[in-house]
Amino acid sequence: MNKENKHTISILVENKTGVLQRVSGLFTRRDFNINNITVGKTAEPGLSRITITTYGDNRTLEQIIKQLNKLIEVIKVREMKPEQTIRRQLALLKIHAPTEQDKSEIIQYTNIFRGHIIDVTPKTITIEISGKPDNINALMDLLRPYGIKETAKTGITAITRGQKTL
Amino acid sequence: MKGSQLLINKLKENGVKTIFGYPGGVLLPFYDALYESDIEHILVRHEQAAAHAADGYARASGKVGVCLATSGPGATNVTTGVATAHMDSSPIVVLTGQVPTQAIGTDMFQEVDTIGITMPISKHNYQPRSPEKIVEAIDKAFYIASTGRPGPVVLDLPRNALEEEINIEDYKINTDIPGYKPTTKGNVKQIRKAIEVINNSQKPLILVGGGVILANASEELLEFATLTNIPVCTTLMGKGAISEEHPLGLGMIGMHGIETTNIALTECDCLIAIGCRFSDRSVSNGKLFAPNAKIIQIDVDPAEIGKTISIDIPIVGDAKVTLKEFINQVENPDTINWTKHISNIRKETEPEISFNTVPLKPQQCIKEIMEAVTDDTIITTDVGQNQMWMAHYYKTKKPRTFISSGGLGTMGFGLPAAIGAQFAKPEENVLAICGDGGFQMVLQELATIKENDLPIVTCILNNNYLGMVAQLQRLFNDYVYQTKFYDNPDFVQLAKAYKIKGEVVEKPGELKETIQNALKQREATVIDIRIDANELLPIVPPGSALNQMKKEFDDVEDLE
Repeated sequence: MNKENKHTISILVENKTGVLQRVSGLFTRRDFNINNITVGKTAEPGLSRITITTYGDNRTLEQIIKQLNKLIEVIKVREMKPEQTIRRQLALLKIHAPTEQDKSEIIQYTNIFRGHIIDVTPKTITIEISGKPDNINALMDLLRPYGIKETAKTGITAITRGQKTL
Repeated sequence: MKGSQLLINKLKENGVKTIFGYPGGVLLPFYDALYESDIEHILVRHEQAAAHAADGYARASGKVGVCLATSGPGATNVTTGVATAHMDSSPIVVLTGQVPTQAIGTDMFQEVDTIGITMPISKHNYQPRSPEKIVEAIDKAFYIASTGRPGPVVLDLPRNALEEEINIEDYKINTDIPGYKPTTKGNVKQIRKAIEVINNSQKPLILVGGGVILANASEELLEFATLTNIPVCTTLMGKGAISEEHPLGLGMIGMHGIETTNIALTECDCLIAIGCRFSDRSVSNGKLFAPNAKIIQIDVDPAEIGKTISIDIPIVGDAKVTLKEFINQVENPDTINWTKHISNIRKETEPEISFNTVPLKPQQCIKEIMEAVTDDTIITTDVGQNQMWMAHYYKTKKPRTFISSGGLGTMGFGLPAAIGAQFAKPEENVLAICGDGGFQMVLQELATIKENDLPIVTCILNNNYLGMVAQLQRLFNDYVYQTKFYDNPDFVQLAKAYKIKGEVVEKPGELKETIQNALKQREATVIDIRIDANELLPIVPPGSALNQMKKEFDDVEDLE
């Protein structure tokens, strides 16, 4: 997939039953792609924010935005331009670490990437890391040789840089 | 007051006089309240017909049509009608029963996920779970169905919400829809740009779709076209937006369109598209569509702009409002040579429709239908050859008098849509033009016609084939398979079983007389018209440019 065709879209929706199904169903029905998705409530009661990363050419992106806007419970849709957007992701990683040496190396890597150790057992270490998706991937690459026993990742969430709001 | 009573009151407030429906267990509280009211309930014989009838009602009248089906199978049966209305932007409100809220998700008897099923085929849907929510949802549903780009709204009504009793004054009713603000007024700058292109064009052409009819913008269209002397072609859904007998009204474009329109589209240097969505059947090969034209597109739905065709000047707005602006601003482009050229082509390519042959040619049938009706007669069609023969040869004069399932192409639409149209316009003559295939998908509705004494004339263009698919097989596959009915029923006897008059028509002249008699007597009649199964429709082969129309079929073998 062409990286230039990657887009992040923020959608402000009414927090109603089925709204996520309406949004995700639209992507299926129109043959759009969802690379990842996050949903969460906003500070304003009754409103949630959905962040979707997707691939597609400009025409597809235009259609995605227009079709999303047609959904009655969608209040606002915006493409988050990469240069003006802060994108973050959270990952929880359970790493195989049976020896003290493994543990100490893993802790060092985790500190470098500003992650946290959130659980330790004789055989495993569990790490929490949040940040740019690329950073998380870089840490995972480093930890892979030890054996990543389990990965739990959120989708990407995003916010505009500066004073501007959605 | 009970939820069901509040619902009835709200329906009345929204101007509902007629509901097409079919009862069921969970709807008993609704029917209790309906019984006490003066809303007319038309009992159909299948829920699909209820939705099509509501749709036909909406298309004939411009008002919101309403239908009702019970939970589970009632709701699933109604979905074809919901999708049909959705594809053609027809404003209907569909009420479905649902099991009580506390039982939802338990696979209760006749439970189905109506909200989930209808999500992708409706403009919106609601499941109000208490009486005050019903009150809110009804107002929202009628508003959403009838404004912006119209469409079906489904209200899924759990039984408990219909049964519970509340004092509505105790509740704050909120009908605000923060995410729904349709744009009606076109952007001033865009309109100015469009006008400039029109003013400077030599060969402008207007293409109108169903949006012009939905916006009741026919008068403005005619004024704009005559003021500027720009010819007008239509999509299937736009038929009737301008009279096809008007010198500027060229008829339908597309795969089975009028040759003149398809040539005009290929030659024009400026295309003003209003309320149409450039469907594959209208456009054929998108890359070869209107190749010389700057395209201006006016649509109330921003998502339709540039969806399949690249647009030079998009204008998001209502057809009527925008056309008024156009009329105010346009300076007359010099189109005399162009319109002369077009009318010459029109004369040269005018298809022959008089055939004194047996079996009857469909063209001759359409001619006789035209001779038997008035400009105000409402025509509904089914889907297939019957529909395209009508679309091609029948000259529609007024908006809302040609009712057909365009986008979804729903066989079985014609007859129930005629029922709806007849209720919308009780004084008008209504003809349902069907094929023998589509008619047999909904023929049970003859009972609805009989029971309500509807003077609908059902014309079955009977060739014992699923003619459209058979035509494609004959043209492109050299065989005919599973598209022939070897033993169709006797349609006259069938009509008789429903206590409706049936007639067979076999010779030229008979159809006109039979229709005229039926209309004069205002008597429901089923006419079994035996037509020539070999007749083929002019067609733009898939993938070709619109001006590559195939009209001669010497290379196609006759049927056995």
